[in-house]
Amino acid sequence: MILEVRDVKKNFGPLPVLQGVTFSVEKGEALTIIGISGGGKSVLLKHLIGLLTPDSGEVLVGGINIAGLDERQLLPIRRRFGMLFQGAALFDSLNVEDNIAFVLNRERRYAREEIDRRVEEVLDVVGLKGIQKKWPAELSGGMRKRVGLARAIIYQPEILLYDEPTTGLDPIAADAIDHLIIRVVQKLKVTSIAVTHDMRSARRIGNRILMLHEGRIYADQTPDEIFKSTDPVIYRFVNGIADPQEQLKYE
Amino acid sequence: MTSSAKQFAREWFGGVGRGTLLCRDLFYSIFKVKPVWRDVVYQMYFIGVKSSSVVCITGAFTGMVLCAQAYVEFHKIKMDTGVLALVSVGMVSQLGPVLTSLMVAGRVGAAIAAELGTMRVTEQIDALRTLATHPVDYLVVPRFLAMLLVMPLLTASSVCVGIFAGFLVGACLLSINPTYLWYNMLHYTDMNDVMTGMIKTFVFGAIIAVVACDKGLNCPQGAEGVGRATTEAVVYSSITILITNFFLTLVLNRVLV
Repeated sequence: MILEVRDVKKNFGPLPVLQGVTFSVEKGEALTIIGISGGGKSVLLKHLIGLLTPDSGEVLVGGINIAGLDERQLLPIRRRFGMLFQGAALFDSLNVEDNIAFVLNRERRYAREEIDRRVEEVLDVVGLKGIQKKWPAELSGGMRKRVGLARAIIYQPEILLYDEPTTGLDPIAADAIDHLIIRVVQKLKVTSIAVTHDMRSARRIGNRILMLHEGRIYADQTPDEIFKSTDPVIYRFVNGIADPQEQLKYE
Repeated sequence: MTSSAKQFAREWFGGVGRGTLLCRDLFYSIFKVKPVWRDVVYQMYFIGVKSSSVVCITGAFTGMVLCAQAYVEFHKIKMDTGVLALVSVGMVSQLGPVLTSLMVAGRVGAAIAAELGTMRVTEQIDALRTLATHPVDYLVVPRFLAMLLVMPLLTASSVCVGIFAGFLVGACLLSINPTYLWYNMLHYTDMNDVMTGMIKTFVFGAIIAVVACDKGLNCPQGAEGVGRATTEAVVYSSITILITNFFLTLVLNRVLV
């Protein structure tokens, strides 16, 4: 088991976001976490890499509980992860090449030629050859996400985290990102955990789906089971049908 | 105490607490993690070279005004040739370090807070953390070291320009004997004044870097948050500089004089 979450609870002020989340991930699995916007999916993802600390509960990465570790103790553990952010979070002050090679440059263990070769290689994987000298501001949303993914895979992490990988993209760009994620997972044989509310994407990129509902794991099933489910909560979410109570509130 | 004053005091003391924790990380990073000198040099260029014209203009006009104003009073007691000594001592130990620091706080402190604040709201700081890099190592240490290295140079240039501008005003506009003017300046400015000024610039530089980085790294979400962090970086660092200057003057006068 590469990752285990045990009874994680998190409140923001008086607002409970996670109310006892428990699940585990096996090596090589492609997991997708679905749930409504503002339901705590991204918060859960940030707990997995130690960007947020739970109020209670444990997050075990390779058997080590990271919940009690300080920022410096977390650094070597984070090296096992790669993360693609919702807005890509590329560094504005660095060009594409320096963004992608950020970790390699910081580690100061590699020769310039080796770094250049690996940057070229990962840009080829994400289908963006020859844009090393461009600046993040010159890239489209889809290109930024691809560069973000290249930055996350260049140092060959064991676990890849995706925060809403297709949000804000047109359907064609979203489709391309989905295929890219599938290709990267297959090629690099990494464990992948994606958070999304895009059901088309969730079905394609994951072989297991967790549904987060009211701060808890509501369902833990295969994509087919989720899409065929007759449970009213899952059915409404998968088919995009608002809760009649919620609808009344809006009206 | 009014509620806004209470809130200001609460925020100021909260900032002092956060700044202390940031300093702990900062010193750990400087001594345990090797700084990237290329980043330090870039920050030295941004903080030092780009601020030199502003601080030199500030120094020049401060020296000129001080000389012209001192002349009015010194002339009454027939001590015209002592005006440049007053300008020199004032600039070296007090006005030079304080005015240079306030100008740098306005120009560089605001820029640092805005840059780090924008990085925070666009998740770039979280991205940095996921890339196994401590934000203090990458963002704070180069700015802090650059500030420490550059502030004494900026202050020295501001003071030199200020004294020379005062000399020109005294000798050319006020027709004071230039030889006596220069001689008295050298005679009454001693090494303790220079040491006082230099120690202050180190402390003020550290204050600007720590306050600006703290405000940027803890910036509230959104464009309004970045704006507020920028303003607070300038206001809090300026006030901290002025308060620290008073206590440093008391301590250094006792130690160095």
